[in-house]
Amino acid sequence: MAGRDRDRAKDARQRQLRSRNLAVLAVLAALAVLFYVITIVKMGGAG
Amino acid sequence: MSNASIARNAAGDAAAAAHGPPAVGDFIALLKPRVMSLVVFTGLAGLVLAPGTLHPVLAGVALLCIAVGAGASGAINMWYDGDIDAGMKRTRDRPIPAGRMEAGVALGFGSTLAVGAVTVMGLAVNWLAAALLALTIGFYVFVYTLWLKRRTPQNIVIGGAAGAFPPMIGWAAVTGDVTWMPIILFGIIFLWTPPHFWALALYKADEYAAVNVPMLPVVAGPRETRRQIMAYSWMLVPLTISPWPLGYTGAVYGIASVVLGMVFLAGAYKLWREKSDRAAKALFAYSILYLFLLFALLMVDALVVGVGATG
Repeated sequence: MAGRDRDRAKDARQRQLRSRNLAVLAVLAALAVLFYVITIVKMGGAG
Repeated sequence: MSNASIARNAAGDAAAAAHGPPAVGDFIALLKPRVMSLVVFTGLAGLVLAPGTLHPVLAGVALLCIAVGAGASGAINMWYDGDIDAGMKRTRDRPIPAGRMEAGVALGFGSTLAVGAVTVMGLAVNWLAAALLALTIGFYVFVYTLWLKRRTPQNIVIGGAAGAFPPMIGWAAVTGDVTWMPIILFGIIFLWTPPHFWALALYKADEYAAVNVPMLPVVAGPRETRRQIMAYSWMLVPLTISPWPLGYTGAVYGIASVVLGMVFLAGAYKLWREKSDRAAKALFAYSILYLFLLFALLMVDALVVGVGATG
C-alpha cells in the first residue's frame, strides 16, 4: 500500500517536472524566434 | 532579510522540498499577473501617446520587457516577503508561503528575468527606456520592498513611484527622451497610489497589523488615513485634468477626466464622512476603474480624436 502511494507520488513529480521542462523549451523557442525577428527588424533600419 | 522572514522561509523551504518541483503555474503566480496587466496597460498608454513612431515589433518588445520587468519585481518581492504573505489571508496561498516553492527559486527566477528584460530593452529598443526599466525594478525591490515597506507608513507613497514609471518607459521607448507629458503621467499614478492602497489598508488594517507592516491606518489610525486620502485625492484630480488645458489632449479626455475625478472625490468624501468599510471598498474598487478609464481615454483621444501629445 505504502509502496503504491510512493510510486504514485513519484509519477506525479515526474509529470510535473516534464511539464516544467516543456514550458522551458517553449520559452526558449519563443525567445529564439523573438531575437530573430528583432534582428530582421533592426537590420531593416527600424528603431 | 529579517529574522522572521528567514525563519519562515526556512520552514517554507522544508515544505517545498517535501512537495517536489514547483509547477509552471507557480512561476506564473510569482509574476503577479493582475498587477502586471495594469503596468502593461499604462506602459501601452505611454507608447501610444508619445509623438513619433516605433516599429510594431519593437513596440511589442518594449511592452514585453515592461511586463517581464514588473513580473521580476513581483517575484523578488515574494522572495523577501514570504513571512508577510504567510500571515495574510489575501496572500497566504502564494507559492512560497504555501510551501510549493523554495524562496531562493523565486529570487533566482526574478533576478534572471530582471536582467533579461533590461538587456533586451536596451539592445532592441533604446538604452534610456532600459535605464528607466532598471530604475523601476531597483526602486521596487530595494527602496520599497527591502527598505520602506516594513519601516514607515510612507511606504506606498514613496514606493508608489515604482508603479508610476511604466508610461514614462513606454514614452521613452518611442522618443528616446522624457518631456513634460510623461512626467504628468508619472505624477498621476504616483498621486493615485496612496488613496488606492490606503482605501484597501483601511479594511485590511488588522491583517497588516498582525504581520507588522506599518500601513497608515495601523500607525496613524483610520481618521488620519481618511484625511490623507482626501488630501491626495484633491492633488490627484487636478493633475489628471491638467493635460487638457496644457494642450496635450482634447476635450474628450478633458471632460471625461473632470467627471471621473468628481466621482473619485465624491467617493473619498463619502469615506471621510461615513467611516465605513463599505465606503473604503467602494473607493478601492473605483480607483482601479478610474485609472484604467483615464489611461484608456488618453489613448482614445490620441488615436481616435487625433490630439497627439507633443512633449
